[in-house]
Amino acid sequence: MSGPGTFRDGIRAGLPFFLPTAAIGISFGVVTRSLGWDLGAPIVMSAIVYSGSAQFAATSVLGDGGTVFSAVLAAALVNARFLPMGMAFAPALEGGPVRRAAEGQAVVDASWALANRGGRFDRKLLLGATLPQYVGWFVGTVIGAVAGSSIGDPAELGLDAMFPAFFLALLVPELRASERALGVAAAGGLLALALTPLTSPGIPIVAASLASLYGVRRR
Amino acid sequence: MTEVWTTIGVLAVVGAAIKATGPVLLGGRNLPRWANGVIALLAPALLTALVVVDTFGSDRSLAIDARAAGLAAAIVAIALRAPLLVVVVGAAAATAAVRAVS
Repeated sequence: MSGPGTFRDGIRAGLPFFLPTAAIGISFGVVTRSLGWDLGAPIVMSAIVYSGSAQFAATSVLGDGGTVFSAVLAAALVNARFLPMGMAFAPALEGGPVRRAAEGQAVVDASWALANRGGRFDRKLLLGATLPQYVGWFVGTVIGAVAGSSIGDPAELGLDAMFPAFFLALLVPELRASERALGVAAAGGLLALALTPLTSPGIPIVAASLASLYGVRRR
Repeated sequence: MTEVWTTIGVLAVVGAAIKATGPVLLGGRNLPRWANGVIALLAPALLTALVVVDTFGSDRSLAIDARAAGLAAAIVAIALRAPLLVVVVGAAAATAAVRAVS
């Protein structure tokens, strides 16, 4: 796509993520029920939190006997990457602060990456791409929560491997764009790998984004 | 169960605030030139981190497991200029195949 995308283009672009997102939603529903959560809890959480990585982080902290504070903190750190991503998306937004805040909620990894046009963002494409993922996440959670452990393990289908493959497919054109991008990507990747054993989940991704500060240098 | 519901409520507010910060503070404005330089490099840095952490990270350790086979399949598919759907389905199939035999 070269020109600005429509909402419909966005939905089409996001559609391939319906199934993998639903599959991870199913595992989230199954996991929370196995921890003794009420039927409604995972469903409400997926509807109003809508972040797989953050929800799994909070759930595992609570499952290990952690406090509400530590569960929220862990999830917030996992989601901290949405701070720089939201700043990058902001110039594409129009209208008052309430509307901008609402549209900012649509930022998720896949949509953000799909809507990225070399640092400028396609607003309608991003909003559209999030819709099928939101539906997939919600429907998957409901299926997992209702069915519980009678469902097999979605990991057996390898659906979790779809996300890194997707991110890689979006990364390759970015790397071809400039030598700076290649260096910054290598630095970010190494930083994330090095920090994974040392910090709580989420921190390595946020730390990797610091590599982009190299961009303050003039070409 | 109270703890679960409290976590859900607080996290919904905190998560929305994180996502709203950039759009509320910077919405509709053109950023200074240096900031555009940083944002152009944000995608390569974040995407690389997501690729390596999603592939090799498991909680607080690094592991080479079936997901690495999926990534290898994706690299081959991308090198052959396969469509995006083939890249991601190929990665899932390779990972599932390795898990089935291991």
